[in-house]
Amino acid sequence: MLIFERSRAGRSCSAQLPATVEGRSEIPARYLRAKPPLLPECSELDVVRHYTGLSQKNFSIDTHFYPLGSCTMKYNPRACNALAMLPPFLARHPAAPDDTGQGFLACLYELQEILKQVTGMAAVSLAPLAGAQGEFTGVAMIRAYHDARGDSARREILVPDAAHGTNPASAAMCGYAVREIATDAEGNVDLAALKAAVGPHTAGLMLTNPSTLGVFERHILEMERIVHEAGGLLYYDGANLNAILGKAKPGDMGFDAIHINLHKTFSTPHGGGGPGAGPVGVNARLAPFLPLPLLGERKGEYRLLDEADRPQSIGRLGAQLGNAGVLLRAYIYARLLGPQGMRRVAEFSTLNANYLMAQLRNAGFEIAFPRRRASHEFIVTLRRLKEETGVTALDVAKRLLDKGFHAPTIYFPLLVPECLLIEPTETESKQTLDAFAAAMTEILAEARSDPQLLKTAPHTTPVHRLDDVKAARILDLSWSPGAA
Amino acid sequence: MTTPKELKYTKSHEWVKAEPDGTVTVGITFHAQEQLGDVVFIQPPEVGRRLKQGDECAVIESVKAAADLYAPVSGEVVAVNQEVSDKPERVNQDPYAAWMFRLKPSAPAELETLLDAAGYEKVAAEDKH
Amino acid sequence: MLATIGARSIDELFDEIPPELRAPPLADTLPALNEMEITRLMRDRAGRDGSWLSFLGAGAYEHHIPAAVWQIVTRGEFYSAYTPYQPEASQGTLQLLYEYQTMMTSLTGLAVTNASLYEGASALAEAMLMAVRAHRSARRIVVPRAVHPAWRRVARTIVRNQGIELLEAAYDRETGQTTPAALEAAARGGDIAAAVVPQANFFGVLEPVDELTDWAQARGAHVIALANPVAMALLKPPGEWGSKGADIAVGDGQPLGAPLAGGGPYFGFMACRKDLVRQMPGRIVGATTDGEGRPGFVLTLQAREQHIRRSKATSNICTNQGLLVAAATVHMALLGPEGLARVARACHANTLDLVSRLTALAGVRRAFSGTFFHETVLRLPRPAAPVLRALKAQGILGGLDLAGDYPELGHALLVCATETKDAGDLARYAEQLARILRKGTRRSTRASRSR
Repeated sequence: MLIFERSRAGRSCSAQLPATVEGRSEIPARYLRAKPPLLPECSELDVVRHYTGLSQKNFSIDTHFYPLGSCTMKYNPRACNALAMLPPFLARHPAAPDDTGQGFLACLYELQEILKQVTGMAAVSLAPLAGAQGEFTGVAMIRAYHDARGDSARREILVPDAAHGTNPASAAMCGYAVREIATDAEGNVDLAALKAAVGPHTAGLMLTNPSTLGVFERHILEMERIVHEAGGLLYYDGANLNAILGKAKPGDMGFDAIHINLHKTFSTPHGGGGPGAGPVGVNARLAPFLPLPLLGERKGEYRLLDEADRPQSIGRLGAQLGNAGVLLRAYIYARLLGPQGMRRVAEFSTLNANYLMAQLRNAGFEIAFPRRRASHEFIVTLRRLKEETGVTALDVAKRLLDKGFHAPTIYFPLLVPECLLIEPTETESKQTLDAFAAAMTEILAEARSDPQLLKTAPHTTPVHRLDDVKAARILDLSWSPGAA
Repeated sequence: MTTPKELKYTKSHEWVKAEPDGTVTVGITFHAQEQLGDVVFIQPPEVGRRLKQGDECAVIESVKAAADLYAPVSGEVVAVNQEVSDKPERVNQDPYAAWMFRLKPSAPAELETLLDAAGYEKVAAEDKH
Repeated sequence: MLATIGARSIDELFDEIPPELRAPPLADTLPALNEMEITRLMRDRAGRDGSWLSFLGAGAYEHHIPAAVWQIVTRGEFYSAYTPYQPEASQGTLQLLYEYQTMMTSLTGLAVTNASLYEGASALAEAMLMAVRAHRSARRIVVPRAVHPAWRRVARTIVRNQGIELLEAAYDRETGQTTPAALEAAARGGDIAAAVVPQANFFGVLEPVDELTDWAQARGAHVIALANPVAMALLKPPGEWGSKGADIAVGDGQPLGAPLAGGGPYFGFMACRKDLVRQMPGRIVGATTDGEGRPGFVLTLQAREQHIRRSKATSNICTNQGLLVAAATVHMALLGPEGLARVARACHANTLDLVSRLTALAGVRRAFSGTFFHETVLRLPRPAAPVLRALKAQGILGGLDLAGDYPELGHALLVCATETKDAGDLARYAEQLARILRKGTRRSTRASRSR
C-alpha cells in the first residue's frame, strides 16, 4: 500500500503544523497555487508505521551479508553517525563565517591531511559530491592542465574496456573522445595495446588499481611510464582502494590525480543510493587546479580557501561545502581506525576475499582468474554451469536471496560472461564467509538437480522477478488518484 | 531463424531491403534482437535528415542495453515506421518484417558494399561468445 | 584461513604488488582513538562551535525537521542498504522512491521526476546539458544575474568543457526582477537552447514567471525553472508557468528535511515534461508487476545511465543522494500539503515582520520594491561586513553580505527569517542592529569633531 492510499482527507500531524499565520502577506494572488500539492494527509503514527514497514522490506548491511563487488559494503560504525549529528554540526549554516566553525573545520582539515597521507598525494580537495563527480574533477583538471600549456591537440582519454561506466561517461562530460584499451587473459591492461594507443592526442589514462576484475595491475609502473612519456596524465579511480589502504599508495604508482570513494573505503553509509563523497588528490603539477573550496590552516586557525586564493582552480562542483556530513563521518571512521587500522583494512579485506575464493573454488566454482591473487574481491564465472544446466548468474543471485544473503554484483565487469563479482570486506567474520560458501555450494547442487527452482527464484521475498520490460515499455513513474 | 537471402546486411547487424520504388528500408537482424533482449524503446532518425553511410542515426533500447544503429547507406530519411516505434516488441517478434526507417539512397553504388546473407552469417557467428 | 588459501602469511597475499610499491607503515600523526576518545574530541569541537541565532538564507534554509524523520531514515535498513539493483531485496527503498517521485511531480507540476541528483547547483548544470541535448542545435543558455552566484559558477564549471555558452541577463535595479526584455538583451538575437527562470530569485524576489516562460518558449528555447521546494507548496509550480508550463524544473531539496549540517549532504531534484524523460539523468523508479501479478517497483530506463551507455550516457552520475530523498519523503509525509503551505506562509510573514522592524531603523531600507518569498535584500547606511561582525559578537548571524558578488548594490545584506524564528528573535535582532548602527554614528561624529 502506498502512503497516499493510507491518506485521509483532512488528516494531519497537528504537532508538526506551524501556527496559522494571521499576519500579512504581500504575495499577490496571481503568484499563488490554485490547488494544494498531492502530499499525504496522515497522522504521525500512520507515517511512522508506513516507513518502518517499508524499511523491513530491505536487505542492508545491518541485516544481511552483502558481498556486492566494487561497492565495499562494510559495516558503518554507529558512532560515525551519532557524532556527525551532534547538534552544533547539524545546525551550522554553510555561509556562517569560518571563525564560528573552527571545530567543524578542524575535522575537515584533518580528514584532508589523512587522505593525503594514506594515498601519497600532495594535495586533496574534499569538494566532489560522489565518486563520479571525483572522476569528472580529475579529468577536468587534466584538461585544465593541458589547456594552460596550450596543448590543445590532446583530445582523447584512454580507459580499459573493463572500466566502470562512470569513467568513459565522465571523460565525455569533459568534452573528450574515449578510446578503450583491451584487457589480457590475466586480467591486466594489455601493454602492447596501450603502447599502440598513446600519442600526442592522448590527454590521459583512467585506471582502477586493483582493477575492476579484482586483480592488481602488475605492470602499473610500466604503464605509468608509457603514458607520461607520451605526454598524457594518469588518473586513478579509487573504487578499489580498500584492497591496498595503508599497504600501497596511488601517489607512489605515479598517478597525477585520484579520487577516493568515502562511501566505500571510509565506510560512510550507502543510504539506499547515496549520499557519497569523492575527494580528489593530486600531485604538485595539478595542485593549482583543485576544485573549491579547500581547507587551509594558518597558526591553528582554519579557513575555507576561495577563488582569490586559487585563481587557477577549475571552480566549484556544488554550491556549498561538499557533502559535509559525509566528510565528518569519514573523519570519525578514520580516527577510529588510526594508521595501523587502515593497514588492517587492506590486510583483512584481502584475506577474506582470498579465503572465500579458495572456499568457492574447492566447492567446484570456476574462478575467472585462477592463477591470480584476489585483491579485496574476485570473480566467479558461471559460463560452464550455464552451458551444462541453463542456470545463469542472475538465477544464482536470486536464489541467494532465499538463503538470506544479498547477491554479489552480477554481469559487471562486462568482459567476463555470467560473472559474480564478490567482495566480502574486512568486517565479516570467518563464520559468515563459511555460511555463504555453504549456501553457494547448496545452490550449485540445486542447479544440477533442480534448475527450475533457481530459474524461478527467489521464493521467500515479498515479490519475485519483477517485470522490468513492462516497467520500461509502460512507464508508470508516479501514482495518481485516478489509478486503479 | 535463417537469414533472408534477398536482404543485404551490415557488420553492425542492420538489414537493408531494396524496395521497388528505389528507397530502402532498414531494420535489425534476428541475432541483434536476440543479443539485446526485449526491446522497450526505439528512437528513429527524423524524417528529412540527411545521412552519410556509417552515421549514427537511431537508438534501440532494451532493459539491459542501448544500441546505436548506423546508416547502412547514404541518403535522406523519408519515412519512419510509427507502428514499430509504438510497439517495439515487434522487433523481437518479427525482426525482418519490423522495418524502422526508410531511406532514399543518394549513392546507390553503396548498396554493393553491403554483405549478403552468407557474409552476414559469418559476422553473427563471430559475435556470439 | 591461510591454510585453505595455501599461503603462509597475510603479507604473502600481497605478493603481486611490486616490492617498490609496498608502503611502509603510516606515520602516527593522528593516532587511533577508541569510541570514548573520539566522542570526547567531537563533543569538544561541537561545543567550541556553539549555537547561533541565524538569519542566513541564500540557498540553504533553517526549518524545523520533525524528530521522526531522521529516526526513521537512520534505521539500518535504510541507512546501510545499497542502491536497489536487486529489486526483490529492496522494495522498501524502491517504494519510498516511487512515493517521492509522486510527491515531487505534484509539487513541481511536471509529469516525471528522477530519484535525485547531488544538490541544486549541479542539478542546474545537468538541466542545461539536458536542454542542449534536447534542443539539438543551439548551445547558448540565458541565465539571470539574479540566480545564486555560486550556482552560476558551478554550472559554468560543469558545462564549460562541452562548448556551452552562458549569457547573463540583468535584473531590474528597482524591482529586483528579471524581465523578458533583459532575457532578450542577453540572447543578443541568436538562437538559445534554454533560459533559466528562478522562483524566488537569489534576492528573494518573486519573478514574473509566466511572461519569462512564454518569452523563452516563443524563442524556441526550453525553460529551466529553478524553484525552492517549500515555496512551491504555496506558489504556482513550474508546470503551470506561462501558457505551456516550464520544460524542466530543478532545485535544491535541502529545505525538505535536510539539516543545514555545514553545507551538505543535501539533494538536487529534477522534474521534466513527459516527452523529455529519456533525456533526464539520474535514477528513475517505475511500478510494475512480478511473475505472480503482484505489484512492485524497479529501477527503470537504466539503459540511459552510465553503467550501460558509458560515454554516451545522459550523465556520469551513479551514487546520488538516496538517504536525503528518504528524509524528504518522510518529511513531506509528516507535514502534508497543509503543513508545508503553512511553513511557507510563516516564513514569508516572519521575513515581512523582520523587514518592517529593521527598516524602522534610520538608514535601513529595502533594496527592491518587488514582492519577496522568504528572504530579501536590505540596504544599510554602512558596509555590511563590520555590522555583521558586531552582530556576531552578540551571537547573531545577521545575513549574507552581498558586497563581493553584487558590488553594484552598495551596502547590501540578504536576510531571511524562517518559521523557526519567533517574535523575541526578531526583536533581539532589531535591538542589536539599532545599537550597532547608533554606536557607529556616535563614533564617526566624535571622529569628525576631533579633527
